[in-house]
Amino acid sequence: MIENLWSLTGVLCVAGLTFLLGFVGSRRANTTPDFLVARRAIPTSRNAAAISGEYLSAASFLGVAGLVLKDGADALWFPIGFTAGYLALMLFVAAPLRRSGAYTLPDFAEARLGSTTLRHFCTFFVVCIGVLYLVPQLQSAGLTLTTITGLPGWIGGVVVIVVVVVNVLGGGMRAITLVQAFQYWGKLFAIAAPTFVLFAVFLSNPSNGSRPLTDEGAPRFTETARVVLQEPVVLDVHEPTRLEATGTVEGSPVDGPVYWAPGRTYRVGTGTELVFAPGTPVPVVDGSPSTNAEWLRAENDGLSGMFETYSLIFATFLGTMGLPHVLVRFYTNPDGRAARRTAMHVIYLLGLFYVFPLILGVLSREYLPRLLVHGRTDAAVLLLPGEMLPNVFGQILGAIVAAGAFAAFLSTSSGLVVSVAGVVSTDLLPGKVRDFRWATLFTGAVAIGLALLLPRSDASLTVAVSFALAASTFCPLLVLGIWWRKLTWVGAVWGLCVGGGLVLSALVVNVVSSFTGDWAPDVLLQPALITVPIAFATMIAVSRATARRLPEDVNTILLRLHAPDPLGFIQDRDVQRFGTAEERASQGRRRSR
Amino acid sequence: MSRHDGAARPPGQPEQPLPAARDASMPVPSTKPPRRRRVVLAESRGKGGTARARTIVELEEQTSVGEKLVRDLIKQQLRTALGLAGLVLLLLGWMPVAFYLVPALSEARLFGVPLPWLLMGLVPFPLLYAAGYWYRRKAEHHERDFVNMVDR
Repeated sequence: MIENLWSLTGVLCVAGLTFLLGFVGSRRANTTPDFLVARRAIPTSRNAAAISGEYLSAASFLGVAGLVLKDGADALWFPIGFTAGYLALMLFVAAPLRRSGAYTLPDFAEARLGSTTLRHFCTFFVVCIGVLYLVPQLQSAGLTLTTITGLPGWIGGVVVIVVVVVNVLGGGMRAITLVQAFQYWGKLFAIAAPTFVLFAVFLSNPSNGSRPLTDEGAPRFTETARVVLQEPVVLDVHEPTRLEATGTVEGSPVDGPVYWAPGRTYRVGTGTELVFAPGTPVPVVDGSPSTNAEWLRAENDGLSGMFETYSLIFATFLGTMGLPHVLVRFYTNPDGRAARRTAMHVIYLLGLFYVFPLILGVLSREYLPRLLVHGRTDAAVLLLPGEMLPNVFGQILGAIVAAGAFAAFLSTSSGLVVSVAGVVSTDLLPGKVRDFRWATLFTGAVAIGLALLLPRSDASLTVAVSFALAASTFCPLLVLGIWWRKLTWVGAVWGLCVGGGLVLSALVVNVVSSFTGDWAPDVLLQPALITVPIAFATMIAVSRATARRLPEDVNTILLRLHAPDPLGFIQDRDVQRFGTAEERASQGRRRSR
Repeated sequence: MSRHDGAARPPGQPEQPLPAARDASMPVPSTKPPRRRRVVLAESRGKGGTARARTIVELEEQTSVGEKLVRDLIKQQLRTALGLAGLVLLLLGWMPVAFYLVPALSEARLFGVPLPWLLMGLVPFPLLYAAGYWYRRKAEHHERDFVNMVDR
């Protein structure tokens, strides 16, 4: 119980600090020039830290380690993709988008192609992507709170969404780059400190009774493990296993010792309690590698596994540029050149971060095999410190991790809520302050509703769906809009609808299938490899067919997007009103002297 | 976010910044309205005079010369970006196929660590950063060339 108290305190501290910073920040930074220009003199490195701070969500903080624990080498593509997305963003989008002066994707679409119809379609997809990205954040918050306190899962999600919505309504959070930058360093600390300590523990005492990972067979329990299943699972048994089970196995009630034969799968019902003696091989949730040898190897799922890997690379590489909460942040760069440098710095910061979840994932394979039984491996990072260090240090480390995880949910969720509510309030409502508040409430309500309704899956997998959606809608729009003169608004609308429609239908089919016995093919889980080329092709083909709809000022716009910053074509509402960053910086220096 | 940044303001805040807040955030002498500053964006580029102005006007007015210049710049930047993206995708993208076709690759070890873990856990991040660094240099180089050309 003490352990829970420590972790709970950590979580409460983060929530309290968020409120406080939001409150102070909203008092400090609430004028229009503050919002628009004050941050123009911010150094690239801090801006990059702010972007990373907002970007590192539950999927990165908990999900990556969890998938490494479960899927092994193939899961390494998630951190690669999450980072590589910023390279694509830097190569194709960052500088021109910044020079366009658009805050949001609908802004950009309207400025580039001059169509309000297109704008509305963009708004729709921004809402879809934002809400889809919010769902795993809230579900992971539920998982975190359940893991550390045993409270029912919905409470965590509700807590996060309430903190976020109240904070956004109060005007805090988003307005302050400093807070988000702090969030990055906070999260880095929260994952790096435990990693260093636990790795040292591992090195000083490598054989805690467990077999080394280099052992070919199934992972084994090192101590008596009691697993209660929260949802029905199918377990893959690789070696003869004796255990005690209370509940339902293969549809019939059991109570007492059972024997599971190797090479079979067993369907185990909700609420079943399984007790494993030390040294028993671990049965693994079906679909994950069941032996350590397989776990260490890459690509052992055959062709469909390879398709999934490539699809994931595609989705993350091209999807990052279409995430609403990422793009808005680039607006705080003074010019296109700084936007490019910021993106480069983000690659560095993310690469630095992702080393740690990888190590934690590998360590949890050694120490937390019981998570493989119910498949809720997202909890690995949270449980590992207490498992490896069953003393007060472990508890403190556990508290740090839990606090970091909550910081991840809060920062990403508030970034998403602000961008989605912003887009909804300007495009669907009259755009007054009151509309923004209603839009915030609406976004929060829809997100929490979906989070409670949809079946829980691994955070990284769910997040990958929103990457696929972004890659199939906004990636073609941005890339073609920035680099291709002949894009028309009709082509853009068709591309958005076809690409986005395909991903959304795949998602719906998946959800239906998960309620009715998992019949959907694996292709639908990660469809980006098919949908992105289709979206590009549709946009190009329809634009060619509707060439007479070409906007008249396309040359002026492309000039503005690509002309180097010193020429001064950058179009900014606020540069006109408040001056450029250099001027302001020099004035600031003069004043402080 | 442009039109609702005001919306993130707490209740009771006026739409326009208070005079005090305005002064604090904009250290502009009150005798000189900030609006003046906008037309002199190019001032810092030093001397050069009318010739430069004319090329910029050419760009702005979309004469054939100006349009050609911009087209070339865009093409150059796009070629760099596509080239680098292709290179990175190639350097990373061969791995799943290779590991699928040659399972022995997965078994190989370097310093006791299986090859896939080294190749996918460590190598990509420096590679991505290097690609970003290279692109930044190239892109800024192109832009400098463009500015110099227009300046002349």
